[in-house]
Amino acid sequence: MKHVLSVLVNNHAGVLSHVSGLFTRRSYNIDSLSVGETQDPTKSIITLVISEDEEMVKQIEKQLYKLVDVLEIRDLTGEDSLKRELILLTVRFSPEKRAEILTLIDVFKATVVDMTEEEIMIELVANPRRISSFLQTFSKFHIVEMARTGTIALEFPTARKVRN
Amino acid sequence: MSLTLHFRILVRIMAGRKTGAEVMIDILLRNGVEICWGYPGGAILPFYDTLFHYADRIRHILVRHEQAAAHAAEGYAKATGKLGVAIATSGPGATNLVTGITDAKMDSVPILAITGQVPTSAIGSDAFQECDIYGISLPITKYNALLKNVDDVARITQEAITVAMSGRPGPALIDFPKDIQTATTEVLQPGPLKIHPRHWQKPAITGDLDRLIEALDRARSPMLYVGGGAITANAAEKVRLLAEKGSIPVATTLMGIGAFPGNHRLSLGMLGMHGTAYANKAVMECDLILALGARFDDRVALHAPSFAQQAVRAMVDIDLAEINKRVKVDIWVSGDLADVLSILVERIKAQNRTSWVERIQALKAKHPLRYFRGRGDIKPQLVIEKLWEKTRGQAIISTDVGQHQMWAAQYYPINEARQWLTSGGLGTMGFGFPAGLGAKLGRPEKEVVVITGDGSFQMNMQELATARMYDIPVKIILFNNGFLGMVRQWQELFYNQRFSHSDMDYNPDFVKICEGYDIPAMRIEHEREIDKGLDFLLKSEDAALLEVMIPQAEKVYPMIASGQRYETMTEVGEPLPGEEEYSTIPNREVEFIKI
Ligand SMILES: Cc1ncc(C[n+]2csc(CCOP(=O)(O)OP(=O)(O)O)c2C)c(N)n1
Repeated sequence: MKHVLSVLVNNHAGVLSHVSGLFTRRSYNIDSLSVGETQDPTKSIITLVISEDEEMVKQIEKQLYKLVDVLEIRDLTGEDSLKRELILLTVRFSPEKRAEILTLIDVFKATVVDMTEEEIMIELVANPRRISSFLQTFSKFHIVEMARTGTIALEFPTARKVRN
Repeated sequence: MSLTLHFRILVRIMAGRKTGAEVMIDILLRNGVEICWGYPGGAILPFYDTLFHYADRIRHILVRHEQAAAHAAEGYAKATGKLGVAIATSGPGATNLVTGITDAKMDSVPILAITGQVPTSAIGSDAFQECDIYGISLPITKYNALLKNVDDVARITQEAITVAMSGRPGPALIDFPKDIQTATTEVLQPGPLKIHPRHWQKPAITGDLDRLIEALDRARSPMLYVGGGAITANAAEKVRLLAEKGSIPVATTLMGIGAFPGNHRLSLGMLGMHGTAYANKAVMECDLILALGARFDDRVALHAPSFAQQAVRAMVDIDLAEINKRVKVDIWVSGDLADVLSILVERIKAQNRTSWVERIQALKAKHPLRYFRGRGDIKPQLVIEKLWEKTRGQAIISTDVGQHQMWAAQYYPINEARQWLTSGGLGTMGFGFPAGLGAKLGRPEKEVVVITGDGSFQMNMQELATARMYDIPVKIILFNNGFLGMVRQWQELFYNQRFSHSDMDYNPDFVKICEGYDIPAMRIEHEREIDKGLDFLLKSEDAALLEVMIPQAEKVYPMIASGQRYETMTEVGEPLPGEEEYSTIPNREVEFIKI
């Protein structure tokens, strides 16, 4: 099962290698890691998606807590948070596929960012499941290039309210 | 030193400014640091210049290899409970510390490493002797920092010391660029620390204390399995009170030696791979095993799923991450061990557990530590037993790594915490001698005996010069079997006697080596010389070395091979023709061994 951990850390060089180093050293399986500043520029959030069982995730949390720069860890696996990923995809097409591609883009509510006679660049922001299904659908076309972020997540204010 | 220099320093200090190096040393002093070990070089020269001015307040010991500085700092820290400090220059100086820092991480020893670094303007340019020791030390420290601003020196130094000493202790490293050492600042105080309080405040007790007490009261045949955490927590006294109140036998790990009196009637000695047979049998027979500051590591819970599987497995540890890491426990409590033990001692029922205690005594009588004698050659076990008698079990023992380490653990019962220094987690050959030097400087009133092998000693024997230069009277017993003995033992048992690259055919003449360093030394080869040899060693006013020639094929028993179940333990080896079994009575008070 995939777990999403949101790790609040001090924002300084070295934190990222410290956290990712922990994962390599203890050979924890990590699907994605994304990092960015928060509203407080001295702090960042590292969002980790981990494929490990419940026990192991607990162990990972405890090991993370031992790092000096880790301030807080929240498990955002469940329904109480919004998860988002961004994917950018450039597809090459022959004229007869054009209509199908445009329809699919519409179905996924993706955005066309740029286009030539034979290539189209698509952007989609969605939850990880829709991103995967989008990618699977488009894999039958000729994908020229793609880039994809890891998951980021934020707890819903309604859930926060209940928790506090 | 010129007058103008003094004058300049004075003017600066009057203006309320100090250099980064001065600020750091001030903070060290404020934290009670009196001594440090190190080796100078280009990038740390300003710091050394400052040490020169502080010579009346902080003693510096010049080692002969930076690795030894780190181990000496560890030995000092382990023997005294205080912070050990090691200093090195950038690049090779810093990387030479790495083994010692890792050793301290594995064994939870509070040391602070201070490394010189190239000036901030040169960082990243592959400057002469530049290396990323910050990056290198990330996974081997509890805290590390690269100083980039002189205003941070006070705070970061304090944070490093605080983190190293708090909770489950460990090493810290500060990388100190040359220009920051000389830059001046008005910030002389640490101010508020920027680390989360959980890194320095005593943690609250969590877990299921009530269930633990209930289980202890209900158990008919419980045992304690005590690790290095009990020594770190200064909880040895409380371990004893708990054991005595509940009549609970106690086994210790290699790191836990000293956390319970080795001669106590409830002592089982060490458990695990080379533990006593009676400790290991107790593990298989008990109905509850309580780990106190121990981590079910692979030298104890060799085959984790079957380890004491018939028993309730319980654990108390300050480090939450140790709980359920290797062995899933039935009951756990996390918190400061001394605090938890105080509660346990108060709340458990006093019990006699007569039949269990009798069973333990029977196991001890039936399965004592055994070895063979009778051919006139020297058995290392006997030397250690006699060392125990001659030092009345009072010496601080610092070991290297290998067979001699295990023999020392088995045959020199230790009665006090901080009297046993060894490299457990990392198993670092070369640890013993420098650690012994560190311990002797920390506790000069104690006899310090280093027990080493011909392989291990050669990893740091250059420190004979340090012992001589500062007159540090540690006593070295070097067991020379002409082999990397422990490696040979494994090759004999598991690799069909293919002794691939484990013989030390070209050993130096250790007595002559000592002569070169002006250290008294003596070699013995026959059993009848043991007394003479030990008397020579222990009566020497100076550091001294006793080289003891021992048979190549001598092995360490009992033994459970790695990854195996306790049931597979081999209790004793095979005698050679002419040899007779000789057994050690556990829990002896001083008694005579006849030759
Ligand atoms: C630095 C280091 N290198 C290698 C080893 C692997 N090793 C473990 S015990 C041992 C042999 C030690 O030989 P010696 O010091 O002569 O002691 P003995 O086992 O003969 O008593 C070796 C090579 C180690 N523990 N540490």
